[in-house]
Amino acid sequence: MLELRDIAVARSERVLFDGLSLGLGPGDLATVVGPNGAGKTSLLRVVAGLSRAHAGSLQWRGRPLEPGDPVYGRERLYLGHQPGLKADLSVSENLRFLLELQGAGFDPEALETCLAPLGLGGLAHRPVRALSAGQRRRVALARMRLCGSLLWLLDEPLTNLDVDGQALVARWLDEHLAGGGLAMVASHAPLGTRHPGRRLEVALGR
Amino acid sequence: MWLWFHKLGSPPHFYRTAGRLIPWFAIPAALLLVAGTLGGLVIAPADYEQGDGFRIIYVHVPSAYLAMFGYVAMAIAAAVGLIWRMKLAFAFAAACAPVGAAFTFLCLATGSLWGKPMWGVWWDWDGRMTSMLVLLFLYLGVIALRGAFDDAAKGDRAAALLAIVGVVNIPIIKFSVDWWNTLHQPATLSKLSAPSMTMDMLGWLLVMIVGHMLFFAAVVTLRLRGEVLLRERGARWIRGVDGRA
Amino acid sequence: MSGMLAAALALARRDLRAALRRWGELALPLCFFVIVLTLFPLGLAPERDTLAAVGPGVLWVAALLASLLALESLFRSDMDDGSMEQLVLSPQPLALMALVKALTHWLMSGLPLVLLTPLVAQAFYLPGNAIWVLALALFLATPTLSLIGAVAAALTASLRRGAGVLGILVLPLAVPLLVFGARATDLAIQGQSAAGPLYLLAALFALAVTLAPLAIAAALRISVD
Repeated sequence: MLELRDIAVARSERVLFDGLSLGLGPGDLATVVGPNGAGKTSLLRVVAGLSRAHAGSLQWRGRPLEPGDPVYGRERLYLGHQPGLKADLSVSENLRFLLELQGAGFDPEALETCLAPLGLGGLAHRPVRALSAGQRRRVALARMRLCGSLLWLLDEPLTNLDVDGQALVARWLDEHLAGGGLAMVASHAPLGTRHPGRRLEVALGR
Repeated sequence: MWLWFHKLGSPPHFYRTAGRLIPWFAIPAALLLVAGTLGGLVIAPADYEQGDGFRIIYVHVPSAYLAMFGYVAMAIAAAVGLIWRMKLAFAFAAACAPVGAAFTFLCLATGSLWGKPMWGVWWDWDGRMTSMLVLLFLYLGVIALRGAFDDAAKGDRAAALLAIVGVVNIPIIKFSVDWWNTLHQPATLSKLSAPSMTMDMLGWLLVMIVGHMLFFAAVVTLRLRGEVLLRERGARWIRGVDGRA
Repeated sequence: MSGMLAAALALARRDLRAALRRWGELALPLCFFVIVLTLFPLGLAPERDTLAAVGPGVLWVAALLASLLALESLFRSDMDDGSMEQLVLSPQPLALMALVKALTHWLMSGLPLVLLTPLVAQAFYLPGNAIWVLALALFLATPTLSLIGAVAAALTASLRRGAGVLGILVLPLAVPLLVFGARATDLAIQGQSAAGPLYLLAALFALAVTLAPLAIAAALRISVD
């Protein structure tokens, strides 16, 4: 479904790597590993559609991707380094906006059941400013459950998370893959997923 | 055609071609400018109204012409760069901006010198001069925006977009300034305008215009070679370049 | 289609809400506007004829500078907290989102300025009907200014020191607004019909509302990259 062909990624006109080809189908997990500066974040940003590839092409569902593709916009979820939350708004206001932006419906009950395992139960109306870095990360992760996206692009999802949080990410990833989802994850730490599906490792900077 | 286009777009090939082109611009430019200067300052008759003061027109008018031409050329190159992702077009836009800005400044400076004997002051809020001043600001905005980015490729794209926004706005700004000027035109001051020129005056002006254009082409090509070297630093072909053309 | 509208409304609601929870920051450009206007009588002379003569121009320049001050924050916080990435990645047309952001910004910075002007115009001894023309002209010009300014703000959004560049980019483009706006006010003071420049201001708004969102969207994609 997701097809990368001869992708080259550059930062400030310096080519970080080239000739990367990769195909992901339902249930596949691609982990992107490599030392700092190898281009993990740059690759995920290119796949997400935030940056342009230096060379090569991207396809989703057999069609070449253009910036602002609405189908890809609905089906792809990107979680970057910054959680994308407004500090002055509450947890539920933030999530509601992000869901409506994505074109997904907002259901207050689904929100409550999603926040409880994240340890955010009862914090839905707290402003994001009052949360710790780890709690903000957890709010951003809640979108994984609520958006219903097919392709997850996660950049260091375990940052700032405690052991419980990391286990939760692994469990959600497993469920997502088992349900036919796709994921591409850049992470320094092992993800701890158990899903038996196809796993690819993209090793950069070797 | 496309092959030729593609070949020209390759930096080493372009660098060599541009190097060969420069003398073809620079030598006729020098000849025409020397001839035009002699013709305009010595041979052409003095204006019966403005005396010798009108002779600054031989620099003022070509500068005004190139100031506007430079911005439009820069905006077209910017659009080509954004649409076809052609790096050479961005390099051209970057090479063009300071040269165009310099001609805009020259136009303002000569206008001011011309204005002193005519108006008795160095600056008058004349419609054309004010439009030129705003054009200078637009140039400075493009140059400043490109310079503010650490990532040169990003700066190129941002400056290109701004150049296009500017070129869409220039007719509107020009219209509004002319409109403003006709409302506030003081009756006693005469406008900066070309005096009714005889053929021997006009001929030398044409020589100067062509000379200035060739000079513009030579300088932009020279700067463009510099831009190409700067942007391709680290590429292998650069090592074969010994600094001579 | 309905999803698009829902998303546009959600964005407007979010921006309004976030801004109103920091209403102090909204008031800053207005304070700046009033303070600049206070400086002119101090710098010139408190004579009514002088002030009435320079009043329209001074009010327009002060309004331009005050909206410039407000522009700086238009995309900056979205860039910093990562919500701009989510906006660019959303399935909604980015030009529509850009339009919503620019108009929401106008609601919070331009409109208060328009509402404040009839009050401060009293201090420059403008005649009664001229004040209404001034307010109407500002009402037509400030949305255009927000749209043009949003292009420049989007271009400079990823720059650390964007504020200085922003002024150089916006002010030359604002020349037509200043010319037509001040002219409309002048005509009204002389007791003539100000319809001509007001129509021109409306035309500029129509142009800006169609073209500027495309430029803002393109600029945001460059800034996020």
